[in-house]
Amino acid sequence: MSTGSIMLTVDGESRSLVIDTRTTLLDALRDHLGVTSPKKGCDHGQCGACTVLLDGRRVLACLALAVAHDGAEITTAAGLSPDGEPHPLAQAFIDHDGFQCGYCTPGQICSAAGMLDEAGKGAPSHVTGDLEGPTVLDDEEIRERMSGNLCRCGAYPGIVAAIREVSG
Amino acid sequence: MTSAPTGSRAIGAPVPRLEGRAKVTGTAPYAYDQPVEAPLYLAAVTSTSARGHITAIDTAAADRLDGVVAVLTHENAPRLASDENAELWVLQSDEVAFRGQLIGAVVASRPEIAAQAAGLVRVEYDARPHDVEPGPGRDDLYAPATVNTGLETDTIAGDVDAAMADAAVTLDRTYSTPLQFHVPMEPQTAVARWDRDGGGDRLTLYDSTQGVIRMRQIMAAVLGLPPDRVEVISPHVGGGFGSKLRPKAHHVLVALAARTVEGRPVKFALPRRLTFAGSGYRPSTVQRIRLGADADGRLTAIAHDAVGGTSKLVEFAEQTALATRTMYAAPNRRTTHRLAALDVSVPTVMRAPGEAPGMFALESAMDELAVACGLDPIELRVRNEPGRDPETGLPYSTRNLVACLREGARRFGWTDRDPAPAARLDDGWLTGTGVAAATYPAYPVIGPSNAAIRALAGGRYRVDIAAADIGTGSRTALTQIAADALAVPLDAVDLRLGESTLPAAAPAAGSMGLGGWGSAVIAAARAFREKYGTAPAEGAEAGATGAGVPGAGKVALHAFGAQFAEVRVHADTGEIRVPRLLGVFAVGRVVNPRTARSQLTGGMVMGLSAALHEHGVMDPGPGQVVTRDLADYHIAAHADVQDVDAVWIDEADPHYNELGAKGVGEIGIVGVAAAIANAAFHATGVRVRDLPLTPDAFLR
Amino acid sequence: MNPFDYERPADAGAAVATVASRADAAFLGGGTNLVDLMKLGVTGPSLLVDVTGLPLDRIEPLPGGGLRIGATVRNADAAADPEVRRRYPMLARALLAGASGQVRNMATIGGNLLQRTRCVYFQDVTLACNKREPGSGCAALHGYNRHHAILGASERCVAVHPSDMAVALTALDAVVQVQGPDGERAIPIADLYTGDDPERDTALAHGELITAIDLPEPAAAPSAYRKVRDRASYAFALVSVAAVLDVDAGGTVRDARIAFGGLAHRPWRASRAEAALRGAPATGASFRTAADAELAAARPLPGNAFKVPMARSTLAAVLRGLAAREAR
Repeated sequence: MSTGSIMLTVDGESRSLVIDTRTTLLDALRDHLGVTSPKKGCDHGQCGACTVLLDGRRVLACLALAVAHDGAEITTAAGLSPDGEPHPLAQAFIDHDGFQCGYCTPGQICSAAGMLDEAGKGAPSHVTGDLEGPTVLDDEEIRERMSGNLCRCGAYPGIVAAIREVSG
Repeated sequence: MTSAPTGSRAIGAPVPRLEGRAKVTGTAPYAYDQPVEAPLYLAAVTSTSARGHITAIDTAAADRLDGVVAVLTHENAPRLASDENAELWVLQSDEVAFRGQLIGAVVASRPEIAAQAAGLVRVEYDARPHDVEPGPGRDDLYAPATVNTGLETDTIAGDVDAAMADAAVTLDRTYSTPLQFHVPMEPQTAVARWDRDGGGDRLTLYDSTQGVIRMRQIMAAVLGLPPDRVEVISPHVGGGFGSKLRPKAHHVLVALAARTVEGRPVKFALPRRLTFAGSGYRPSTVQRIRLGADADGRLTAIAHDAVGGTSKLVEFAEQTALATRTMYAAPNRRTTHRLAALDVSVPTVMRAPGEAPGMFALESAMDELAVACGLDPIELRVRNEPGRDPETGLPYSTRNLVACLREGARRFGWTDRDPAPAARLDDGWLTGTGVAAATYPAYPVIGPSNAAIRALAGGRYRVDIAAADIGTGSRTALTQIAADALAVPLDAVDLRLGESTLPAAAPAAGSMGLGGWGSAVIAAARAFREKYGTAPAEGAEAGATGAGVPGAGKVALHAFGAQFAEVRVHADTGEIRVPRLLGVFAVGRVVNPRTARSQLTGGMVMGLSAALHEHGVMDPGPGQVVTRDLADYHIAAHADVQDVDAVWIDEADPHYNELGAKGVGEIGIVGVAAAIANAAFHATGVRVRDLPLTPDAFLR
Repeated sequence: MNPFDYERPADAGAAVATVASRADAAFLGGGTNLVDLMKLGVTGPSLLVDVTGLPLDRIEPLPGGGLRIGATVRNADAAADPEVRRRYPMLARALLAGASGQVRNMATIGGNLLQRTRCVYFQDVTLACNKREPGSGCAALHGYNRHHAILGASERCVAVHPSDMAVALTALDAVVQVQGPDGERAIPIADLYTGDDPERDTALAHGELITAIDLPEPAAAPSAYRKVRDRASYAFALVSVAAVLDVDAGGTVRDARIAFGGLAHRPWRASRAEAALRGAPATGASFRTAADAELAAARPLPGNAFKVPMARSTLAAVLRGLAAREAR
């Protein structure tokens, strides 16, 4: 077995660990560090439930090898709402009932936070009409940009409403 | 919206989910998230033969791997006590009944090691030919004794053939629906710890289940433990949709593993790929619908013959034609169910079992009949509205289908609709609208529920009930019911659910949850107040059992609804989009409009997903479902879901329960696929009778 | 997953030397496909050489008007790059049509070119697949082949290449810069993907590392990337079309560059369609004729016959759209 020694900053807290090189960032968080906010829905990059912010960008923790991210800063949905004070997105999800079972929710919220940041920097999407024009985050844009986060309860309308409120 | 019962303050209020904070931060503990000491991790070995016997199973390489604590196979697993359910007879014999069956387990210190070791187990089979494809062409279809929920397999009244021969307009069409999988975002997960103390053996199961009590009862029987020596804990469930209603093989496997490594918790989250053979599914159907009508579109005959698949291991007979027994008046009637018994994993209930596939067929056929009769599809349905339940002859407790259709037509803008198909092109997209009816039975509760209430300090009350909140909002709605029943503010109630040590309650199933549990909470509150009055001492406690269904056997109990869809189909590529879905429902009293609306729209989204995407593919070669991940088994993504809204009409049904609530978990999905297929026909002139409606269906 | 060693070298030379030194070593980019395949047991390298720290993450102009995209540039960053958006919108569109926001943030340009087919049989180690296990057969041929190839396939393998980006790059005549144990070389993208040997996806030798993709100066003609899929987003293509259409003032096609995705084991350059278009009037009839010229060679499987009409009408629609833009 090959191992690696890494340091991660998770939700503002510095954590060091020795791990099997095979351990994904998701399993490192959930099994080693007890950070269970990111969820495992498919473990193959097909559902988005494990979405976290890695050095500020939304990524799938299930496809990232922990050993490859020594020194990284990870923010989970728990870290977005520190000390029980809900992040505006988290509050908007509650207000718009943007979840039912709640299992995809931390990933949806991290994804939304990363997405809003991307859009704020002018990144286009598949449905952007004018690639060189300004980014206007209408519902169609929000849906396209959030499509990497599946929700089997079908809470999509509430999620989009929540993100629209925060982005607007 | 219905006014709440006298004195009620919380019922009817759109209270946000009480566990909202925990869910949006990801701190609500699902089964795998439960903190346990020094866990071990399980990885499963699954069969690569669809039928036969294991002739050799070599675990030496797995055993040798550093970190492996135990390897279990049928050769060394602890013995089980009951083989009553063949699906749960895990690691007890060398027999293989389907591909993907759990035939071994590795328990290791790390999940990576367990997975690697499981891959090192070598298995040889004496493989026999397998049979995995149902279909109406078979000569060995059989009639099950009953269909799911114990209903009659066939119903026949009058003479359908004769009526068809005499009918002015007839329709004889075959529709099909594919294998559909629940795929809740949280895969099936169980964490088990086996302990031995003065009282003997004891199993603690952190589970993801729709019913802790049923789980406890069945697991205890299978394992040979007294029920009170099995504790099931499941406060949060990442979606179920039927797939977490019954114990499955993985529950037994993890319990066997825990027993082998006594004292240490064993964690097992089914890898997503294994859920496709390991957690049940909705079987595929082939459905023949025959309709005969007079020149005015009044039905003279209605027949629905459904063929489906089941597993040779355990029979599951989906009640596909059930809705046809109650939807429309017609003197000559027939519904039948036939099954093919196959070498496949065990199917199970999935959101609106029966109605979801059955109403796709019936409501598509009604649309075809409307076209054939030159009638508006809403008018056709209105003309065939029965005064009493057509097959039982009972009066309906409430039947507001027509009201739903009319209200939906008004809100959706149906009245200006040009019925001509393939007549509207908008920027390269053909556009159309469609409608379908929805229905779901208000089933008699599947078992009594109990609740207990205890007075806490400071005028607070604890309400205990072993109910489940699988995302339905029941934690919140039951708290509202308790607050009103005790006549206290919402925040004076601490409700606990999802633990088998709480007063026994029915599982979350069949849209029966809230009605059954709510009745128990109301009964407990009444008992409490009768015993202790309004100023109880701290620690005062009372419990009660919920009442049965007052109208059972006296009235026909069903919820109804109308689904409206707008569809766009790209003229060049066949891509299909659903810009708008509207559902109007008659579901009795709504306890929490916020969570109820989400349940209904969520069901509609699942219906949209079934209409456009979901397609489980069984490859008869290996005898396996090959679409076994979320890239190959598509469910609707954000971009597929646009404007979806659900509303309900003023209704309360005191014949079903004291709350007057019929439940909203299933009906949202019913009829959506038909409404979309009907709209797609209106858009393109292409009638798609086989789900899903993928782009190729529209390419000519 | 088998255990493996992990290294993160500081320069490309060291990365190449390290991978070349071990027969079952592999480069690790974003990991979005490789890590997945390792979990599935499809591949099991004993050494991963992480190239994401290499200084190959720049997008810079090339002399002569082209653009060089470093191999470790993330898909999302390539798509958002102002030069890519302005001068190679077809490429930006193709990148944005692939996967999800999260995956695009992780995936690298180099890795994207090298991703493996998503054929369900390739990904399932319990089933027959000549690409994964030479000589074991092709279970897709008589199995579930809705997503499989209709062009250039053989009885041995009917898999399709999953990349969107590579389809656009094929229509753009991009050149792949490679560094290997024996030095550097440039491979036109048309030569990167090999013939019909299912065991060999690309012309790269073991230890060769993609360092950049060079885009030639873009044609002064409108271009488009159109993807048709089963879901509105987050799905692989049933059919995709990358096309550049150059029409003269008289309405005659001067030049066309067309590539299909979802139809073959590689991005499919539609040379026959291009030839049929050159000199033809830019009309719907010409577009359909051109599509037919390319698709005449199609050999659909039972599950994917629809891809022929779908490719035909999608290409014709894309070309109609481009002609209309040009006319404006």
